Amino acid sequence: MSEAKKRPTRLAMIASKGTLDWGYPPFILASTAAALDMEVCVFHTFYGLLLLKKKLKLKISAHGNPAMPMKMPFGPKAFQDINWPIPNVLTANVPGFNMMATGLMKKTFKKKGVATLETLRESCLELGVKLVGCQMTMDVFGFTADDFIEGVDYGGAATFLEFAAEADITLFI
Amino acid sequence: MEKPQELDCRGLNCPLPVLKTKKALATMKAGELLRVTATDPGSVADMAAFSRRTGVALIESGQADGVYFYVFRV
Repeated sequence: MSEAKKRPTRLAMIASKGTLDWGYPPFILASTAAALDMEVCVFHTFYGLLLLKKKLKLKISAHGNPAMPMKMPFGPKAFQDINWPIPNVLTANVPGFNMMATGLMKKTFKKKGVATLETLRESCLELGVKLVGCQMTMDVFGFTADDFIEGVDYGGAATFLEFAAEADITLFI
Repeated sequence: MEKPQELDCRGLNCPLPVLKTKKALATMKAGELLRVTATDPGSVADMAAFSRRTGVALIESGQADGVYFYVFRV
């Protein structure tokens, strides 16, 4: 195909993380890019595979993430606006801390009108985003296509690189 | 001017206003108008970018009482 022929802008993305917070950027960017008439492929590898599971049970981990502010999704506005620092000694030693932090983040997201990951993923599929599961990591982690939602393609490094070779934007998340 | 179709995106955050706008536009015919309302301040820049990238004309936009509005022509 000649360059003069207008082809859609292409976004190639690798989703490599499987926490609740890091699940957002790939699905936000992929769905929005598709809404902007771009051709999008997201290659899910390693922990990014978890974003394709039928039932998402992603959590956040505050441990080792000193930049993460914690918000309280209840109480007066001034209280809700406080960014609570979270000492590592707490995140490492308090049982159930990640579960609590995950719950608080989900509530805050909902309150702020942020879509759920499921909704964004659904939008991706509706808008024609190609979601690819990394076959190698699936084998390593013991996942099969049955673990994942409908509409996912499977492949390896060459599959992604072939698409990325013609991409205008390439992101590793 | 004909009456625009309304899309309420108030209270929704990025990227939902853009995604819902795209979805609504897909069901409309050429020449029809879509009026979107939103409270997300980021939608000001995002809706303009959406219009430039997709070529769907943003013929009017503004703000009243903390609510932003955008009128698109398919």
